[in-house]
Amino acid sequence: MTADATLIEMHNVSKYFDDFQALKEVSLDVALGERVVICGPSGSGKSTLIRCINRLEAHESGDIIVDGVTLTDTPESLEQIRGNVGMVFQQFNLFPHLTVIDNLTLGPRRVLGLSDEEAKARAMKYLERVQIPDQADKFPRQLSGGQQQRVAIARSLCMEPRILLFDEPTSALDPEMIAEVLEVMTELAASGMTMIVVTHEMGFARRVANKMVFMDKGEIVEIGAPEDVFTAPKSKRFATFLQQIINH
Amino acid sequence: MKRILILIPLLFLLSGCSGNWGWYVVDPTTTNGASNLRFMISGAYYTILMSVTAICISVVVGLLIALPGLSKKRGWRAINRTYVEIVRSVPILVLLLWVYYGLPQLSGITLNVFWAGVLALALSDSAFQAEIFRGGIQSIGKGQYEAAQSISLNYRDTMRYIILPQAIRRILPALGNQLVYMLKMSSLVSVIGMQELTRKANELVVTEYRPLEIYTILVLEYLVLILIVSAGVRWLERRMNSSEA
Repeated sequence: MTADATLIEMHNVSKYFDDFQALKEVSLDVALGERVVICGPSGSGKSTLIRCINRLEAHESGDIIVDGVTLTDTPESLEQIRGNVGMVFQQFNLFPHLTVIDNLTLGPRRVLGLSDEEAKARAMKYLERVQIPDQADKFPRQLSGGQQQRVAIARSLCMEPRILLFDEPTSALDPEMIAEVLEVMTELAASGMTMIVVTHEMGFARRVANKMVFMDKGEIVEIGAPEDVFTAPKSKRFATFLQQIINH
Repeated sequence: MKRILILIPLLFLLSGCSGNWGWYVVDPTTTNGASNLRFMISGAYYTILMSVTAICISVVVGLLIALPGLSKKRGWRAINRTYVEIVRSVPILVLLLWVYYGLPQLSGITLNVFWAGVLALALSDSAFQAEIFRGGIQSIGKGQYEAAQSISLNYRDTMRYIILPQAIRRILPALGNQLVYMLKMSSLVSVIGMQELTRKANELVVTEYRPLEIYTILVLEYLVLILIVSAGVRWLERRMNSSEA
């Protein structure tokens, strides 16, 4: 596979919630190693878009192809795609009844078939990577929000996915904790991880993204390199949105 | 708890209200009274054994019935609803009589008194357990399922490692309730001749003609059993909650 191989292809993807069309024939390609940041007003379909990639939402029409596998309802395609795609949630979604280390080793042990020692070693490796190896034996509720989100990132990494999806990873955090999570994400990006990040952290987008996507009303309104779209937004909607974010 | 225990001696004060009490039948200082008491207390063995066996079965059956009730498919949910509605609407005593006297005619399988009692209690309780489990499982947020899916856990592992451990913590008070209920309902099995607490009391009344004292002791026997169960459930709750917010 070449360095610029396409990892995710979305063609004319549509998604409905009853009568409401959340995605309107959206097409997006993500190459290996690419860092895509998606922004847009609430209800614009940005979360829905990335949730379709690992089938937390099922799309009604169009194609989603992840690493050569077309996403359908068959258990095989789900298994292959979810094995390749990790996800970090706005609300962390850690397992509250398990310690940090157990949160991290569960997937590797049960899904990847690692032994307890292997899973533990892997978990510690990624806990060090998110800089909280000393919290391994605590329960999620004993950690700060920022620490919990870093555990969630480590939990995804333990499955060694090829793509990481971030669904507003800092939106539920207090301001002083946003930086520590973004720092981990920046480090991940630098290591070559393919990432799709839904966020309003425009500073992070400028620093890290090499593709910027602006969505509104279920459509991709603007797409391009951050240096271009930030300095000269082509659409009025994106210009207005940027202004609102920056002014606030 | 302490306050309830203080109330117990008050019951005995009732004995001073009129001259009709005759505690001698259960007076532990006399030979006859002591042997009567031993006879009554010996019923606890089957009351406990039957209730605990029945609750173990009903928890498992209840869970198995709850799971299809959580399905998105209407057919699965229909199985759950049918079972719950039918079983829940049969009175325990009726179910017991049906299992003990009716089932042998239908199937040729004759159950002894103990297993007929356990079956009727377990069956009846399983419908309630199913509803308790369904409620508990439904109270777990969607995010937990999504997180489990995002690390590729299958349905079985998701239930076993993520959903059920959390659901069981939440439904523990309700499960405790069911165990208390079961202990009390096991008294019904006395009608088919099970030698449990109530049956023993009945038999003693027939020979001693002192229903007031004997049934008062019977009330206290159930009270003590159930206070012990309550304390146990609370201890379990505290222990489990110490590991989760």
